[in-house]
Amino acid sequence: MKTILLSGIAGFALAASGALAQVDEDAPQGGEMAVTYQDDVATLDPAIGYDWQNWSMIKSLFDGLMGYEPGTTTLRNELAESYDVSEDGLTHTFVLKDGIKFHNGREITAEDVKYSLERVTNPETRSPGAGFFGMIEGFDSWNTGEGEGLSGVSVIDDKTVEITLSRPDATFGHVMALNFASIVPQEAVEEAGEDFGRQPVGSGAFRLAEWTPGQQLVFERFEEYHRAGVPKLDSVTFNIGLDPTVALLRIQNGDADIPGDGIPPAQFLQVTGDAAYDDQIVEGGQLQTGYITMNTQMAPFDDVEVRRAMNMAINKDRIVQMINNRAVPANQPLPPTMPGYDADYEGYAYDPEAARQMLADAGFPDGFETELYVMNVDPNPRIAQAIQQDLSEIGVTAQIRSLAQANVIAAGGEADQAPMIWSGGMAWIADFPDPSNFYGPILGCAGATPGGWNWSWYCNEDIDARATEADAMVGEAAAREDAWRQIYVDIMADAPWVPVFNEQRFTLHSDNVAGDDSLFVDPVHIPVNYDYIYATEAQ
Amino acid sequence: MWGYLLRRLFESALILLGITFVTFVLLYLVPADPARQIAGRSATAATVDNIRNQLGLNDPLVVQYWRYLTGLAQGDMGRSYLQRAEVSSLIASRLPASLLLMVSAIVTELIMGLTIGVVAALRRNRPVDHSLMIFSFVAISAPQFVIGILLLYVFAVQLGWFPIGGYGTFAHLVLPSITLGLLGAGWYSRMMRSSMIEVLNQDLVRTARAKGLSKLRIVAGHVMPNAILPIIAMIGIDIGLFMSGIVVVESVFGWPGIGQLAWQAIQRIDIPVIMGVTMVSATAIVLGNLIADLVAPLIDPRIKTK
Repeated sequence: MKTILLSGIAGFALAASGALAQVDEDAPQGGEMAVTYQDDVATLDPAIGYDWQNWSMIKSLFDGLMGYEPGTTTLRNELAESYDVSEDGLTHTFVLKDGIKFHNGREITAEDVKYSLERVTNPETRSPGAGFFGMIEGFDSWNTGEGEGLSGVSVIDDKTVEITLSRPDATFGHVMALNFASIVPQEAVEEAGEDFGRQPVGSGAFRLAEWTPGQQLVFERFEEYHRAGVPKLDSVTFNIGLDPTVALLRIQNGDADIPGDGIPPAQFLQVTGDAAYDDQIVEGGQLQTGYITMNTQMAPFDDVEVRRAMNMAINKDRIVQMINNRAVPANQPLPPTMPGYDADYEGYAYDPEAARQMLADAGFPDGFETELYVMNVDPNPRIAQAIQQDLSEIGVTAQIRSLAQANVIAAGGEADQAPMIWSGGMAWIADFPDPSNFYGPILGCAGATPGGWNWSWYCNEDIDARATEADAMVGEAAAREDAWRQIYVDIMADAPWVPVFNEQRFTLHSDNVAGDDSLFVDPVHIPVNYDYIYATEAQ
Repeated sequence: MWGYLLRRLFESALILLGITFVTFVLLYLVPADPARQIAGRSATAATVDNIRNQLGLNDPLVVQYWRYLTGLAQGDMGRSYLQRAEVSSLIASRLPASLLLMVSAIVTELIMGLTIGVVAALRRNRPVDHSLMIFSFVAISAPQFVIGILLLYVFAVQLGWFPIGGYGTFAHLVLPSITLGLLGAGWYSRMMRSSMIEVLNQDLVRTARAKGLSKLRIVAGHVMPNAILPIIAMIGIDIGLFMSGIVVVESVFGWPGIGQLAWQAIQRIDIPVIMGVTMVSATAIVLGNLIADLVAPLIDPRIKTK
């Protein structure tokens, strides 16, 4: 069997994310930092944790076979020494690095990889990430509680694991870099039982030294970490339970270094306008798009001309201004930092006159009445009001239904409930930096099922087939990216959404800690990459 | 007395049972599906259904409720959907902090409320009275969130007397107690003032004055013990008030109590935790009322327990 090196994925992500971040790998070690959070950490079990707070913490405590270059979306080998893919894209072979250890001192073997993958896909684990591994052979029977383990994962020797897929999938490298694919030691999991999320044992740059519920967590440097010179800090303390406004007071007072929840919206203008913070504020892109879905199975949105007219009716610049420019206007599903984004695509221009004419041509000279569902947390109701006002300009009367998050999601998952939904506060942030992540669940036919996330109920079988084709293009990174780019442009011709904006992230750090700006807005480690930030006093 | 106590305890148990039922039904009716929340957005319908089965969410309401009750009777409050830890251990790790804050807030509100009330009653309709009553009005009306932030800004950031939120030492306790106690202090000062004025106008005071007792002895020996009665009865009822205030105050000061736990559980539809916290707070409120009723006759023999 001929194998090809999978530098393809890495190269393609690199090209898309622009220049490599200037991360100072030789920064001195030592010092500590304090990070504040409002919410207590739900769990540190990598098979279960799936919120933006514990996502990055878990990344520092655990490692998977694959990871990312710090501050970028560039895939790299983490615990894997090498990663080879067979020419048909079905067999993925990983060889582990030598001498890598868990925090409990035991060396990691190929058996641990198999155990970890079977654990996360075991229905008993109830992992929110199990679905990501659907391409591994044997997933379907194992995940529905039949069969003995994942038949697609086989241990070749102590250091080598071979994973067979049931379909070629170019995103598999990214999937193996997800937290859900972290390697965990079986003995520690079994000893802790359901409490593994409180007593995590991984192989990451830090280990959990202390956890006082509701108060604080302390991470300490793992001395035997497989990357020399990492992490930079001796310890990171997470102070829990602090309101973002209070967190800001702490930072002003020098008691904390990073507000984990970001700059509170109420203080945003004050902080960004204050010269004292000039060097401390960092802005970065986010793999997020905020959009309005139009239910393509409900009249009048079953008419593509109506959907196109809606796209021309929304004044996106004004909405972005309304949220203090914490976003950039969008014209397509993918955010600009995502590979496959089409910088040349012009989208639908804001033109209410033309939009009204299009509605008239489509048989609605006097507009129509509809409903706009929105999550009831600021700023989303305000954004909905702006949308409502824009629509009234073209004669469309939209009634706002402002509900709790779970209720909006539930309404979107029904075929005949929500004609329009503003996605803010709910969708969509990418799980991994690959264009396919913005398709399947939210624009593909598979997502247009009861309880799904395709709130437009948009299902174009031709595009679905092209998406499957694109994902099978293993090792043809550039061609695959082009294929995806064209898919999203063609989706916009069908106009199931009005893409409105891509959120920007703004964060702040004290003078006590430093590192390349990209680390503080790391696209994968949100809010910051704990492993590579260093203390200024250590220099 | 004992018969009364037994009857009241039985009634309290019935009330708590009713609360479990109402809470359970309300959570059951919420359209959001906890299984979907657990399964995450990448899950297939089969996975979600599997989780629903594992958690017993496919069973009829009556079956689910009965399972919960029988567990509760054996001291088993279930496991958190999200944290996977025992609900009882989650609550146990946070209850001491909440109780400490509550007791300290009661002390604070009594000291502040009674002092202000007494001073205002003795200086009735004078500038001191007016300004104290304006203060108590502000204390009652101001949102606790704003007061908390304001106190933090002035006393922790500007003056540096106290830490900026957190838990552990006496210094950490001061600002949250004042924030939580201020509302009650406002009420109590008004009640104490009118109660004092009422007693001051009674015959016993005139008699005492006629006997030639000093003003201090009249106030301390006759007026205050009579005026304080209605307030003691209020403290038990106050616990209910605190239960709502504690959620806000704990979140401002980063106090690791059950308010914080409840807030997060509600956001994530973590039903076992919501049920657990509701049960614990309901028990506290019911017990508080019970104690208030039991203590009242001890202070005032005219009130009889029947």
